[in-house]
Amino acid sequence: MISPRYHREIPQRYRLEAGQCTGCGEIHFPPRAVCRKCAGRDFETLALPNRGKVVTHTVCWIPPAEFDNQKPYVNAIVELKNGVRLTCMVCEAPPDEVTVGTEVELVFRKLRNEPVWEVIQYGYKARVLTD
Amino acid sequence: MHGIVGYGSYVPRFRIKAEDIANQWGADAEAFKRGLLLEEKTVPGPDEDTITISVAAARNALARAGIDPQKIGACYIGSESHPYAVKPSGTVLIDAIGAGPECHVADFEFACKAGSEAMYVAYSHVKSGEMDYALGIGADTSQGAPGDALEYTASAGGAAYIMGSQNVAAEITCTYSFTSDTPDFWRREGEFYPRHAGRFTGDPAYFHHVTSATRGILEKSGLKPQDFAYAVFHMPNGKFPLRAGKMLGFRQEQMEQGWVVNLMGNTYSGSSPTGLAAVLDVAKPGDNILITSFGSGAASDSFVIRATDRLPEIQDLAPKVREQLADRRIHLDYGKYVAYRGKIRVNEM
Amino acid sequence: MRDVAIIGAGSTKYGELWTSPLRDLFAEATADCLVDAGVDRKQIQSAWIGCMSSGLFNGQEHLASILTDYAGLSGIAATRVESACASGGAAFRAAYLEVASGASDFVIAGGVEKMNDGADATFCLATAADQEYEVYHGVTFPGLYAMIANAHMHNHGTTYDMMAHVAVKNHRHGALNPKAQFPREITLDTVRNAVRVAEPLGLFDCSPVSDGAAAVLLAPVAVARDLGKPMVTIKGSGHATDAIALHSRPDPSRIPSVGMAARKAFAQAGVTTGDIDFCEVHDCFTIAELCCLEELGFYEAGQAGPATLAGETALGGRFPVNPSGGLKSKGHPVGATGVGQIVEVYDQLSGRAGDRQVPNARLGLAQNMGGSGGSCLVHILEVS
Repeated sequence: MISPRYHREIPQRYRLEAGQCTGCGEIHFPPRAVCRKCAGRDFETLALPNRGKVVTHTVCWIPPAEFDNQKPYVNAIVELKNGVRLTCMVCEAPPDEVTVGTEVELVFRKLRNEPVWEVIQYGYKARVLTD
Repeated sequence: MHGIVGYGSYVPRFRIKAEDIANQWGADAEAFKRGLLLEEKTVPGPDEDTITISVAAARNALARAGIDPQKIGACYIGSESHPYAVKPSGTVLIDAIGAGPECHVADFEFACKAGSEAMYVAYSHVKSGEMDYALGIGADTSQGAPGDALEYTASAGGAAYIMGSQNVAAEITCTYSFTSDTPDFWRREGEFYPRHAGRFTGDPAYFHHVTSATRGILEKSGLKPQDFAYAVFHMPNGKFPLRAGKMLGFRQEQMEQGWVVNLMGNTYSGSSPTGLAAVLDVAKPGDNILITSFGSGAASDSFVIRATDRLPEIQDLAPKVREQLADRRIHLDYGKYVAYRGKIRVNEM
Repeated sequence: MRDVAIIGAGSTKYGELWTSPLRDLFAEATADCLVDAGVDRKQIQSAWIGCMSSGLFNGQEHLASILTDYAGLSGIAATRVESACASGGAAFRAAYLEVASGASDFVIAGGVEKMNDGADATFCLATAADQEYEVYHGVTFPGLYAMIANAHMHNHGTTYDMMAHVAVKNHRHGALNPKAQFPREITLDTVRNAVRVAEPLGLFDCSPVSDGAAAVLLAPVAVARDLGKPMVTIKGSGHATDAIALHSRPDPSRIPSVGMAARKAFAQAGVTTGDIDFCEVHDCFTIAELCCLEELGFYEAGQAGPATLAGETALGGRFPVNPSGGLKSKGHPVGATGVGQIVEVYDQLSGRAGDRQVPNARLGLAQNMGGSGGSCLVHILEVS
């Protein structure tokens, strides 16, 4: 049963909540107990911006079983406007549309095709910006 | 004054053309397109469902409302395709938009009018003074059985309405509902696709309730069809809403802006709410807008809405319906469409 | 700390070994190792065994108990070591430290993995990445290295052809290795035309799913001398960890843990890259060999690819890399790999690598890496 693990990450997956160290200002996504820069233990919640650009990417042709219905899909490391990086899928993109520097926004989607007896897992994906 | 403080719509990017469905089943493509007055419909991606659509629409509504989501006292999603049989859609929504935990949440259903009833209840909470803001959403990822007439029209999309009493952009001046037990369309527990009663879905169901509700609200409000700049009716296909409007005395020009079905299909609980959003995207202060939904089973909810001076200030704050209908569409062939819609039986993992 | 020598080595063949269970793979490698060492099993005091995930692959934990039991070594101190694909290297270092510290005289460093028992290997291997923030989003192992490859191509001008040449070279070496999973040569076209796994990586850019085990016996130098063994000693051992997620590192084309581990090993050994005659590096994917050669300091950023094209890193070239055939051709039974690399380096330094012999090999380096570079072990061995 994935519920406890899934539930704990909801603020990060649904609202991009990061933790900012009150000591040195380092932003951690996901938040953590100990600051990686200054070993501080005190943090403030910070919502990450939902826009950024692609740092590197790939197209996955042979996915794990629960992602099979979405193949081929683009995975990318995205650097958000405040410098924080995360890894996600880029949805709705013809693979040749995504390159280093492509501007994206983060949207709320179902992540995978889990079996019908499991809780549905939601989270963020990137989508190429049209503006 | 109570009414719409912020509104938002979400249109998926994937499409399938009516002619591709017709060609698949050996039907006369041109005849179907003429008969339904429909070019293409939206298809939800494999990573989309009623909840993700609701979140997207709600985020657009929040952008227009400009309020702190923590102030929303109730969130209601009306849909015929809630992702869970048991577990609410609304709880995922509030955690995604940052509303709650002090928030009343309920999921609504009533075939295609689940959206308008969510809007009605949200509005009523605000009108009664029970809370400052309430959110009502209509969203669906409706299914049509392969080879059935509904396959041409059943589509995906949604619209969200934040009701409030301050900074109202579109005042709700009158409401009226008309309901009876009319079994035109149903799905029993355990069935995958809904069933319908053919031509019985027309006059005794759709037309009877839509016209009765609209006549009822015109009488209640003292308004006549010519007093309205826009009229939006539930859109199960291209023809029904235009015929209903004509029967009621509305002109084609009044219905055009909200008539999105020819490019979008029937988004069920999202249908008239999306048509309304398309109207709000362009309406001017003082414009009267009529919206009458329809849900099989059956009932119609009607609203009279008047645009305020604030509406033009918020129209550009989020994507508009017709922009999304035109923008970066990705057309699917029939095989990809049925794969995305889970109509192909594969082994469970 | 005392100087430590390797006095024996053993290894199973790597491959899809349908009739060999996990417990017997380790037993065979260890028994061969003891015969090679000429040491009676009753003298063995301790074993450190690398295995990434017998739990996920085979449903079996508590390896210390079951593997020593089936190897006929019950009673000794034994520990299973896990550091994803660097489990073997980490086991080797732990064994080295136990002998170097003076705590024990005869310690086995072993590694084993049985990946072909029906588990979803993609799923199991993905546990080496960040479950919640990489794998949750559909990223696979090939996907991570593909992103490293794309960044390396973008930042340093590496081309796909350079990567493809790594696979061809390693197969040429593996064709000479009787223990290899794929002991046959391949062509560049085969690599280029293979089905894509995660762009730009195709099937032949990826190491296989393998079963296998390897073991070496460590002892203090004085014992090795008494036994009349070739004097192969551990000159340097470096171990480093780094953030597990690729997006946590400043430059996704670099793998800092490799450089950190290498600097520690070279510092301890008191030698430089120019002193190393050959190496075994962790080519889990073709791009990894190029990145690791650069992180280890053998080439500047972007130069490992051209060097590979020029044939420098092939047997017979200036600086042979992966004479065993590497993970690509020899195979990659995850927990065994790090120890298998040591076996190759030991065989090379003791002059018994047969057709794969690097001439005049005196100093060899083995680099073993976990995940996308979350951990790394570098060992420098010398024969004197």
